Amino acid sequence: MAADEVLRAPHVLEYAYTRSVGPVIGRFFAGLRDGKIEGIKGARGQVIVPPVEYDPQTAEELSEFVDVGDSGVVTTWAWVNEPRKNNPLQKPFAWALIKLDGADTPMLHVVDAGSESRMQTGMRVRARWRAERDGRIQDIECFEVP
Amino acid sequence: MAENMIVTMPIRLEYDYSPGAGRSRFLRGLERGKILGERCHVCHKVYVGGGSGACPRDGVPTEEVVELPDVGTITTFCVVNVPFAGATVEIPYVSASILLDGADIPLMHLIQEVNAEDVRMGMRVRAEWLPEAERIPSMDTIKYFKPAGEPDAPIDEVLKRMRADA
Repeated sequence: MAADEVLRAPHVLEYAYTRSVGPVIGRFFAGLRDGKIEGIKGARGQVIVPPVEYDPQTAEELSEFVDVGDSGVVTTWAWVNEPRKNNPLQKPFAWALIKLDGADTPMLHVVDAGSESRMQTGMRVRARWRAERDGRIQDIECFEVP
Repeated sequence: MAENMIVTMPIRLEYDYSPGAGRSRFLRGLERGKILGERCHVCHKVYVGGGSGACPRDGVPTEEVVELPDVGTITTFCVVNVPFAGATVEIPYVSASILLDGADIPLMHLIQEVNAEDVRMGMRVRAEWLPEAERIPSMDTIKYFKPAGEPDAPIDEVLKRMRADA
């Protein structure tokens, strides 16, 4: 091996965090496990999805949960042509902000539209639920065109 | 009503790491039992420890390779008293900045074969290498530094050498 050859090696950095998700996201995840999506009512009556513990403007503690639909409207999106290993889908897909029916804020998720040409801001999408759910955001496999 | 869920969130980052030409030269040197530094042709400072291959002050490539001795002076150090996950050395232990003779910036390494309370600025130390057959292009090829058994160096002069305007 030449003394001036440039080295190369795999380097793995791993942190195994265990954490509590808190009472509000805990309830949101429990809802997903049961096949429903819950938001929370903010100080001005707006519905925030996913729910937050404190109002983003007034910082007051929030507690009024609200069911929202599992369909909604894409407000913005980015197409991924070459999914990475840990991406939710192993085929081209869109990361999208989706404003669910009954919500006032959009939520980040994945849209399986087949091709970029089928993506459009304002399009309606519906959640595709996993058959086996255990209380995490991946309980919704992705959103799809209804 | 509210469920307080506990989740595990493994964060795993898989890098394909290349240290680049400058650091590769340094690491290849360790594999052969040599500590290689490099001199800047503008300021004449000698950098060691796997720099970028360029002078941080003058921005020019540091192409002149300088073989350094494996002996130097502790310029500053830290006594580690807190155990942590993945630690391989018994506490308390000392991690130190070591200015090798002929170098202008220090290396960071472990100090062993001395009690933590006896380590001091100015202490002369020498590298303890892995046996020849076990040497690889890694900083671990130097197991640690240990007292060289020499009188202390005059610390003020040693520190002055490291100044950017020295």
